[in-house]
Amino acid sequence: MRREALDLPGVQEHPRTLTPRRMTIAERLYLPLLPGLLVTIRHFLGNLFRTRKAYTIEYPEQRRQYSHRFRGHHILTTRPDGSVRCVACYLCATNCPAECIHIEAAERADVNVEKYPAVYQIDLLRCIFCGYCVDACPEDAIIMSNNYDLAFYSREQSIAGKADLMKPFTFDPGKLGYRPYYPEETGLPGPTDPGSFDLVEAARERATGPSAA
Amino acid sequence: MSAATATQPLLDRFPAGAIVAEEGRDQPTWRVDRAVLADLARALRDDPESRYDTLLDLCGVDYPERDERFEAVYHLYSMPRAARLRLKVSLSEDDPVLPSLIPVWKAADWFEREAYDMFGLRFEGHPNLRRLLTHDGFVGHPLRKDYAPDRRWILTEEKIYLPKLTAPATEESMFERMTINIGPSHPAMHGTFRFVAMLDGERIAASEVEIGYLHRCFEKMSETHTWQQVIPYTDRLNYCSSFINNVAYCRTVEKLLGVEVPPRAVWARTILSEFSRIMDHCVANGSTLVDCGALTNFWYLFQVREEVYGLLESLCGSRLTVSACRIGGLLADLPPDFEARCRRLLEIIPSFVGDVEKLIDKNRIFMDRAVGIGRITGEEAVNWGWTGPCLRASGVGYDVRKAHPYDLYDTVEWEVPVLNGGDVYDRYRLRMLEIRQSMAIIRQLLDRGMPPGPFVVDDPHVALPPKAAVYNQMESMIYHFKLIMDGIRVPLGEQYVPTEGANGELGFYIVSDGSARPYRIKVRPPCFPIFSTFSRLMEGHTVSDVIATLGGLNIIAGELDR
Repeated sequence: MRREALDLPGVQEHPRTLTPRRMTIAERLYLPLLPGLLVTIRHFLGNLFRTRKAYTIEYPEQRRQYSHRFRGHHILTTRPDGSVRCVACYLCATNCPAECIHIEAAERADVNVEKYPAVYQIDLLRCIFCGYCVDACPEDAIIMSNNYDLAFYSREQSIAGKADLMKPFTFDPGKLGYRPYYPEETGLPGPTDPGSFDLVEAARERATGPSAA
Repeated sequence: MSAATATQPLLDRFPAGAIVAEEGRDQPTWRVDRAVLADLARALRDDPESRYDTLLDLCGVDYPERDERFEAVYHLYSMPRAARLRLKVSLSEDDPVLPSLIPVWKAADWFEREAYDMFGLRFEGHPNLRRLLTHDGFVGHPLRKDYAPDRRWILTEEKIYLPKLTAPATEESMFERMTINIGPSHPAMHGTFRFVAMLDGERIAASEVEIGYLHRCFEKMSETHTWQQVIPYTDRLNYCSSFINNVAYCRTVEKLLGVEVPPRAVWARTILSEFSRIMDHCVANGSTLVDCGALTNFWYLFQVREEVYGLLESLCGSRLTVSACRIGGLLADLPPDFEARCRRLLEIIPSFVGDVEKLIDKNRIFMDRAVGIGRITGEEAVNWGWTGPCLRASGVGYDVRKAHPYDLYDTVEWEVPVLNGGDVYDRYRLRMLEIRQSMAIIRQLLDRGMPPGPFVVDDPHVALPPKAAVYNQMESMIYHFKLIMDGIRVPLGEQYVPTEGANGELGFYIVSDGSARPYRIKVRPPCFPIFSTFSRLMEGHTVSDVIATLGGLNIIAGELDR
């Protein structure tokens, strides 16, 4: 007897004998292969005459569409004046499980900001793209992009400096990825371009309600 | 735990003071003198009132400040009684010797080798007490607290282990004996395992399995990171269903913290765990079939995986290593089209799975390769520590989701499929049946509707406050900084929490010393005991059977080697 379900919990006796599946006469004669053959013929004809959507993508001419949350190449966002938003607080580097972020802080002339990163480097070969730096950032200074074209000719190239992080796109410029807010999904007004919007101001507006916006 | 752990008559057989019950633990815990350990283990297994028929896990813990520095921790489970028991044996540094429990539970074999490798505990009577996860050029025992995490050892060629296999000559053996090596880098080994077999003609007379090629000291690395930072590491255990690993780890830490996860997160976790299970079963079956030469099925089943990856990516932004859970909930709120996407997946999965069933279920070509291959009876599998689909294909219906329900599994109607062939064919078939059950669970949860509310617990000591609050309120800003600079403080204690992973009971045993970093994390990887049986399973089979069996056992190197 082949059992399909068992009462649980409490498996009372563990079976000491096995009852493997027995073949029927039709199976011995390979007859059930015919319906299987129809399955592959159906798929074959469907692909040949393009009667249904193909599952393959012809990369790189055609590119996969990822969601707005994709965890790709990082972006260092900028202030309206074009300077880097990061205040070199080291939260991202502390939170990084892969220890791939290197920051050297310097003093800024503007007393309201105090610090900025003179050096900000992410070792993209160490990075595991977990998004913990984005979670940690208290300034929306680091977010992620949709860019997954990350190939290098040398190890030196894999270390992304400030300039690379502020212009991270090789394709699809402006396609943002993992970040604290998704205006595309919520429909609320908000930043979609890391260069020209004040992200923190937008977040403040959203928190205080649409009337303030 | 419902039932008492053992009856008084059983305990009376042992000298007073040899067994001391510890109070206030997550599960019944006894501190045992090593002199009585072997007898106690046998009594616990055979006594009709206790019947601890399987050894789930064995690990060491190091407390350098104690007189008796090491602790060997055994996790036992009784399937008939659905009861758990933890045994602890204290050992001093000069004399870390304890009896091997292989005569009682075969599952002890690799677990004891691992404890020897990681802590230097020596098991008397173990037939092959060699290093398991690290290589033979390794010096020291890496999980001891005084072992620096950045030590490196190079394996030189003269130290590479060469198994010396022997097998008695039988009457049928008329052929020359030949030893062959499959792996560690071999396309059919699905990961990096090494299988050394001595062949007698075409039959395998003796064999040995060598693992550890993907060992990356997950457990040691966890001790050097904060609780929250361990989550991306868990992705890399069973990378075919990384979401389930996230859930298993987070549930354990949440138990330690005493945090209640919001209903929205629990709902999403249950649904995504089931989708991950479907995906994992598709991979296991797809690779079994492709190993037997049925490539078409591999494409059909991997399309299912592709679609599930799309769903996970829309939540967390990553496909394979999702890191989608946080302690106390999820990393972000569910996307607006989450329910629609789930429903679409439920529509398309049956067509792919159905196509494969039409091709394979009654296909004699596959049956000739699979029926009766890699057999193991339920009784033996339990003794070897098997859990999950492979055990259920041998006729034992143990499933953590039914026996110890968590999340929303006790609020939906589903059943545990069980088959009794115990071979490659039934493991394939059982996974197909489980895919249907997982879909039933998801469908019921979707019909119930997405619960409103937060996606992560509203506790600034556990979860980061929302960004809007961080920018606007001083208090939230301070919590944000404190949580990242110091990490979560998890109270002193220990927890073993089982979760039904895609290929069996995935258990996290975590010891916390009250600090911001885990003191000890031990994973019970479901495929570890299963793979320790591999040599025994392959006795008398041919090399082609080895390849056919391996995919169906669903051995994932990331989880096996940690």
